[in-house]
Amino acid sequence: MNNSDLESYLLSLDKDLVLREKSDRVSITVPSEKLLQVMTQLRHDRALTFDMLSAHTAIDWSNENKLELIYQLYSSEHHHRIMVGVYLNREAPVTFSLCSLWQIAEWQEREVFDMFGVRYQNHPDLRRILLEDEWQGHPLLKDYKDDFMLERPW
Amino acid sequence: MPSVSSTLTMPLMVGTVLGVVGFISVVAMILVYAERKVAAHFQCRLGPMRVGWHGTLQSIADSLKLFLKEDIVPTKADHLLHAFAPVISVMAAILTLIAIPFSSHLVLADVSIGVLYVSAVSGIGVLGILLGGWSSNNKWSLLGAMRAGAQIISYELSVTLSLLVIILFAGSLRLTDIVHSQEAGWWIWRAPGVGLLAFVLFLIASTAEINRTPFDLAEGESELTAGFHTEYSGLRFAFFFLAEYMNLFIVAAMGATLFWGGWMPLHIGGFTAFNQLMDFIPGTVWFFGKVITLIFVIMWFRWTFPRLRVDQLMSLEWKVLMPLGFLNLLVAAFLSLFGWYFFPLVF
Amino acid sequence: MVTTTLSLSSVPISSLDKRIQSLENEQSSLGTQEYFVNMGPQHPSTHGVLRLVLHLDGETVKEVIPVLGYVHRGMEKKCEFIGYRQQVHLTDRLDYLCALMNNWAISHAIEKALNIELNERIQVVRTILAELQRIQSHQLWWGVFGMDLGAFTPFLYGFRDREKITAIFEDTIGARLTMNFIQPGGLMFDITSDFAQKVKEFIAYFKPILNEYDELFSGNIIVQERLRNVGILDAKTAISIGTTGPILRASGVAHDLRKLEPYGVYSQVQFDVPVGATGDCWDRYQVRMQEMRESIKIVEQLIDNIPEGKHMVMKFGAKIRVPEGVYYSEMETARGIYGNFIVADGSEKPYRLHMRTPNFNNLWSIIRMAPGLRIADLVTILSSIDIVVPDIDR
Repeated sequence: MNNSDLESYLLSLDKDLVLREKSDRVSITVPSEKLLQVMTQLRHDRALTFDMLSAHTAIDWSNENKLELIYQLYSSEHHHRIMVGVYLNREAPVTFSLCSLWQIAEWQEREVFDMFGVRYQNHPDLRRILLEDEWQGHPLLKDYKDDFMLERPW
Repeated sequence: MPSVSSTLTMPLMVGTVLGVVGFISVVAMILVYAERKVAAHFQCRLGPMRVGWHGTLQSIADSLKLFLKEDIVPTKADHLLHAFAPVISVMAAILTLIAIPFSSHLVLADVSIGVLYVSAVSGIGVLGILLGGWSSNNKWSLLGAMRAGAQIISYELSVTLSLLVIILFAGSLRLTDIVHSQEAGWWIWRAPGVGLLAFVLFLIASTAEINRTPFDLAEGESELTAGFHTEYSGLRFAFFFLAEYMNLFIVAAMGATLFWGGWMPLHIGGFTAFNQLMDFIPGTVWFFGKVITLIFVIMWFRWTFPRLRVDQLMSLEWKVLMPLGFLNLLVAAFLSLFGWYFFPLVF
Repeated sequence: MVTTTLSLSSVPISSLDKRIQSLENEQSSLGTQEYFVNMGPQHPSTHGVLRLVLHLDGETVKEVIPVLGYVHRGMEKKCEFIGYRQQVHLTDRLDYLCALMNNWAISHAIEKALNIELNERIQVVRTILAELQRIQSHQLWWGVFGMDLGAFTPFLYGFRDREKITAIFEDTIGARLTMNFIQPGGLMFDITSDFAQKVKEFIAYFKPILNEYDELFSGNIIVQERLRNVGILDAKTAISIGTTGPILRASGVAHDLRKLEPYGVYSQVQFDVPVGATGDCWDRYQVRMQEMRESIKIVEQLIDNIPEGKHMVMKFGAKIRVPEGVYYSEMETARGIYGNFIVADGSEKPYRLHMRTPNFNNLWSIIRMAPGLRIADLVTILSSIDIVVPDIDR
C-alpha cells in the first residue's frame, strides 16, 4: 500500500481516527480510550500487519496541558509505516500497556514512564529504566527542575 | 632401596630445598617472559621491549612489582584459608618437581613409584584452587573454583590412563627406568599407534589439568572476571601464577620423560652410527629441548583456540577422551603382552 | 475492555529490589539453592557499564534482568536546549563505533525537513565513509567476539586491521573516533586528494585478511560448537522485539533500509543483503562476516569515480530553523536502525527530539535468548548482539 491508500484504509477503520497534519509520513491520532482497540487492529489486520513497534515516545505539550504518546509502527511484511499519536491528560497520564502486542513495548513503556511519568495499566513490570528507582520527578517534562540543571543564559 | 630422606644429610636437604625454590622461581620467570613473547609474535606485535634487551628483565620488574603490591583481602573472606590457598598450590608444584629426572645423574629423588607419586601430588594443587575460590567469599570465585574442581578430577582420569600405557610397556613406575627403557626408541613411536594416541590424550588432558586455554574455564576472564583468583593480589596472586607456570613445566617434563625419552638422545634401533652421533649431545640439552618444544606447543594452543563451554568440557572428557583412553590401554596391554612393538629385543 | 476507567493509583510501580524479591520468593525451600549474581556494571564482557542481574541455578541462567542507565547522560533533554547544528556533535557519542552513520542520520533528518537537495559528490563520499565505518565497526566486533569466547588473538588482529581504516579517517577527517564530519547540508570539509588511493590500498590489503579471519576463527571446531544452536531467536520474536540490523537479518528477515528505502547512493550500487537461517549466534556471526564483504563491494563500486562538486551545498550559520512539524527518519547503522524523531516548533531548537537507538531494542532480545543456557553462552549471546552501552542509555 502506498501512503494515500494507507491513509484512506486507516480512516475507514474507525470514525474517530484523525489524520495528523505537518507530518512527513502517514500519521494518525487516536482517542485515548480507543488506543488498545485500534492498536490491536493495526497489529492483526491482514492488510496492515504492523508487527514492529519501532519506537515509542512522548511529547509534552505543556502549554496545552496535554501529553502526547507517539508510536512508530512498521510492517515487515508490507514495508509500510505509520505514526500513531494519543493525547493524554497531562496531570494524570495513564493508559493501557501494549506489551501483549509487541514484546519490546515493555521496555519502551518503561522508558516513557521514567521520562514522562506515564502509567501503563497491565504492564508486567513497571519501573524506572534509565534512572534509579529513587529518582524524583520525570526529566523530560518541560517543567522538570533539579539541582544538577544549569540555568542557561539563552 | 633406601628411602629418600636417609640418603640426604641435613645440610644437603636444606640446600636442595633452596635450590628447588630458586630453580622454580627462575623457570617461572623465564616461562612468563617466553609466554609473553610467544603470544606477542602470534599476535603480530613485539611484546615486552623496554626493560632490558628485548624486555628480558621484564619478568624481574614484574615480580618486584608483585612483591611490593598491597595484599588486599576482602573483609568477609575466610582469612586463614585465603592466605593458605596459594601456598598449597605452590607446594604441590614443588613436591612434584623433585621426582623428575633432568638427566641420568640429575635427579633429586628417584622414587620407585615415580609416576604414581607425580600424579598424586600434582592433584593436591587443585585443593589450593578450590580453597582460594571458596575462601574469597565471591560468587564468581566460587564458580571458577567449582569448575576447576570438576575439570581437574575428570581429566586426571585421562592423564592416568595414558600414563598407564607407557607403564605397561616400560614395566616400571620408576621414572628413570622408564627413560632407560626408551634407549632403542621413544615410546611415542616405538609402541605402534597406541603410543602416539596416548601422547595426544596426555597432551589434551594435561592442558586441561593445568587450566590453560582452551580449558581455562576456572579463570575464564570474559565470563568470571578472573575466576578463582579474582580476590587475590600482590604476592598471593604471584603464588598462584607461579604454581600455574610450574605446572606447565611439570606437564611438559612428564610428557618428555614418558613419551619422548627424557634425557635420552634420539636413537633408532640398529642405526649405530646415527645413535653414536646423537650421544654427543648431553642429556640435559635433550631433556630441556624436549620440554621447551612441548611448552611451546601448549602455548600455541593458548593463543589459537577459544575456550570450551563447561558442559562441552565434561562431555569431551567422559564421552570421548576416557573411552578412547580405555580402548587404547586395552590394545596396549595386548601389544606389550605379545611383544608386538618396534625393537622389542634391544635390551 | 475499552471503557474501563483508568487512574494513576490503580497502576502499581515496581522497583529492582521488588523484582528480585519476587523471584526469590518463587523458590522452593527444598532442593538446590538458586542465587543472584551481578554481572557488571564492571565486567570484562559487558562492553561498558551494563549491569545484568543474573538469576542462576548453578551454571545455568534462569533469568536475566538488565539494569540500564549507568551512562545515561540525558541526551534527549539536552537536545531541547541546544540547536540542530550542535546535535550532530552529540550523536557521535551515542554509538561511538558508528559516529559517521549517526552524523549522517541526523543530518539526513534535518535535510529532509528543510528539503535540501544534495549533490552527487556529497552522497557518494557519505556512502563510502559509512561503508568504511561499517567494516571498521564489524572488525572491532569480530575481535571482541573472539575475546569473549576466550581467544585473545582475534582481538589484536581485529584492532590491527581496524587501525588501517582509522588512519584513513584520521587523514581525511582529522578524528579517529568521534568524527563529527557529516553536517546538515554536506560535509565538514572536502576529502583529501589521496583519499581514493588510500581506500583502494586498504581494500587490497583487507580482502585476503578476511579469509585469514575465517582460517583463524570461523573454521575452528570449538568456535562452531560454541556458536551453533546457541541463543536462537526466531523471526517472529525478533520482529516483535523490534530488533534491527544483523540480528534481525540473522533470524531470516532480509530487512535492510539500504535496500528497502535507499538513501545516499545505495540505489545505484549492487550489493546483497546476507540473511541467516536459524537465528543462532553462528548466523549472527556469519551475517556480519558477509556484511564486511558486501561493504567492500559497495566501496569498490564507488571509489573509482567520485564525482566532482562542492562539499557543502548549503552553509548554515550557527542556527538552523526547521519548519514546524514532526519528522521521523531512520538509517541503517552497523548495529541496526537509528531513527531520529524530531518535533519542530519553527525555532532553532527542537521542541522534542527522540533518538530511536538500535541497541536498546537489540539488547532486549537477551531476555528471550538467555534462559536455560550457561553463563558462557550468555557472554556469547551478549557479544553476538554487539551492543554499545552509551547507545542504549543515551
